[in-house]
Amino acid sequence: MEILIPDQIVNVINLSLYYGKTKALKEITLDVSKSKITSFIGPSGCGKSTLIRCINRMNDLIEDVKIEGEIKIDGCDIYAPDVDVTELRKRVGMVFQKPNPFPKSIFENVIYGPRVLGVKNKSVLKDLCEKALKRAALWDDVKERLHVNALDLSGGQQQRLCIARAIAMEPEIVLLDEPCSALDPIATSKIEDMLVELKKHYTVIIVTHNMQQAARISDYTGFFMLGKLMEFNVTTEIFTNPREKATEDYITGRFG
Amino acid sequence: MKKILKTGTPYIWLTACMLTISLLMIGGLILLIMVKGLGVFWPHEMVRFVLKDGSVVMGEIAKTESIPHIKDTYRTKLKIGNRDAFGLDFQWVDHEAVARREYPPDALAFERREWGNLYGFLKGLKVGENTKPISEQELEALIKESYALYKKIRHVEKRAIGNINYVMEKNRLTLRRLQALPSNADTQEKVNDIQVDVNRLESLYHTQENLLAELYQEARKQEVVVTISDGRERTLPVFQIIRMYAPNKMGVFAKVGFYISKFWEFVSAEPREANTEGGIFPAIFGTVMMVFIMSIAVVPLGVLTAVYLKEYAGDNIISRLVRISVSNLAGVPSIVFGVFGLGFFIYFIGGGIDSLFYSESLPTPTFGTGGILWASLTLSLLTVPVVVVATEEGLSSASKSVREGSYALGATKFETLWRVVLPQATPGILTGTILSMARAVGEVAPLMITGVVKLAPSLPLDSHYPFVHLERKFMHLGFHIYDVGFQSPNVEAAVPMVYTTTLVLVITVLTLNISAILLRNRLRKWYNSSAM
Repeated sequence: MEILIPDQIVNVINLSLYYGKTKALKEITLDVSKSKITSFIGPSGCGKSTLIRCINRMNDLIEDVKIEGEIKIDGCDIYAPDVDVTELRKRVGMVFQKPNPFPKSIFENVIYGPRVLGVKNKSVLKDLCEKALKRAALWDDVKERLHVNALDLSGGQQQRLCIARAIAMEPEIVLLDEPCSALDPIATSKIEDMLVELKKHYTVIIVTHNMQQAARISDYTGFFMLGKLMEFNVTTEIFTNPREKATEDYITGRFG
Repeated sequence: MKKILKTGTPYIWLTACMLTISLLMIGGLILLIMVKGLGVFWPHEMVRFVLKDGSVVMGEIAKTESIPHIKDTYRTKLKIGNRDAFGLDFQWVDHEAVARREYPPDALAFERREWGNLYGFLKGLKVGENTKPISEQELEALIKESYALYKKIRHVEKRAIGNINYVMEKNRLTLRRLQALPSNADTQEKVNDIQVDVNRLESLYHTQENLLAELYQEARKQEVVVTISDGRERTLPVFQIIRMYAPNKMGVFAKVGFYISKFWEFVSAEPREANTEGGIFPAIFGTVMMVFIMSIAVVPLGVLTAVYLKEYAGDNIISRLVRISVSNLAGVPSIVFGVFGLGFFIYFIGGGIDSLFYSESLPTPTFGTGGILWASLTLSLLTVPVVVVATEEGLSSASKSVREGSYALGATKFETLWRVVLPQATPGILTGTILSMARAVGEVAPLMITGVVKLAPSLPLDSHYPFVHLERKFMHLGFHIYDVGFQSPNVEAAVPMVYTTTLVLVITVLTLNISAILLRNRLRKWYNSSAM
């Protein structure tokens, strides 16, 4: 079932992950193409979120996690001992399932990353903020009230703010962990439009429960079940011509 | 019966009753303090009783009550003042013994700098051996004049002579230090310089002393003659009068004005007459300054402890033990902290500082005795658990998802803590701080052995370099209540002071607590907004 992925940026090679004694990911191998949207689908608990959290080493924060295998970004193993995790996370941005803006103003939220990097110049920060908010399609909503508390925004706006916050760092890869699961359909469609726009500049990896969403926006799709990558292919192939029986069952709604 | 018990209604009633009892007790306490404390400064009517045996008693009505065990009989407690003439301030008069009761409109009350109030009728101004009649307005003008004189005297005593004494003491200590050094030309020169300065100061002192004597001479010049209730005449230097008023002639507005002026004196003036008269300003100042120093010490201590305990220590048996110990620290009797403060701060640290930096003034201790710094530090140990617990709670209010958001942006653990978690914990930290302040305001026991005094000659903050004198002893509202109410030579006259001081203390605690709640609610709004 090996397919050729052009222009690879991330290579996951034979990756296994254990939570204590439970094996949550089983020998996963896949490649992610640059400036494309790659989506991971599968039933709950299948390990897709765990995998995406491996790509920027968020799993380091959880105790008792053991990882085998390799993840390479631009050919470098990110689990090598000399890798600076904070540097890695600056290259690989992440947006979470539930919007988690900081209890600060909208402006402060967006420039959080650059500030951590040590950018102090006010006008530079303002430009960064504007650019990020425009890319996240939030600028028109909030340009009048950048100094309002971010928690006063609606859920959809908060999630776009979190995306703006991630891309203000100018990462190479943006990871999105079910970004629309807490949002209504209108907010969801706005974010989907924005993601398609975003792939011009970034590589996007998205975990989703919503198969239509994966079908609509992604270029490549991986289907996971019980910690295994069942099938990985061009999205149209997966949805029109699945090779595995399980994939077909899942996307046709017979199971999952 | 069983059925009723089963419904649970009686238990609801029981809980409601208990709540009512608690509320009534708290409300009653506050009401009592309010009524007694706020009523003190209201000028009471002056009554003159002519008794059946022909004697006359005059004074302000303090209270009227029925005589215990005898039906339908009443007695009145009069504040008769004139302590120098009668030897006591208060007298009970049985209504049975009263032949006539009148409210003479020209009865006057004189508030004196010494000996408490004088009640009587104005006869005139003393001129040589004779008495010249004088109106109340004229006397009022004289009192105003003499107040200017009083201020001048105070200035000479406190400022001029105080400053000279201060520099003299400094010179004395420098001299002692120089004498302890091996003598050479350099030190000898310094010693000579100081000698010159001392001589200059001494002559300055003498001129000020003479000036003071002259001023006092002037103060004794004018005297009024007052007829007191039993017909005797008493002379009273105008200088001694702080305030003169005729309560029976005063209208409501005059009384309100009088009340305000008395209340202002109470919160802004120094105490007089062994703390039973005058104001409590040094006690308010001392309390506030002590709490301020305490919070400067307790916030970093408590917050840093909590941050380590919560964020870095992890969850193991030792950190749990530490947490339990911190909580239990709040239950240790405060006097134990006082004794610890005495032993550790005063004797050990203070004694060490003295022998290192202030050895020239030994054996008189500088830091090796109770002072506002040591009292504040002792209280900060006492209240640190409050801050630790509140900060830990505040730190847990920063959710895992927000922290992950920060990590995902490449922030380290410390950056996350500094930029996201701590700001979010601010409401908790502030609440803890203000609660600890409220606790510290009301604490008395540990202060009694770490630096509180009945009467402090100078505030811990003044115009002498270095302006803040942390080694000085200070006055405190809580201790003031104890001292005035139970250690005073004239307890009966001091009772009103106890109520008003208590009122001020309760108001201080209440203000701190309410501001804590308001502040926390405000900040919570900012950190946990509505959406999501």
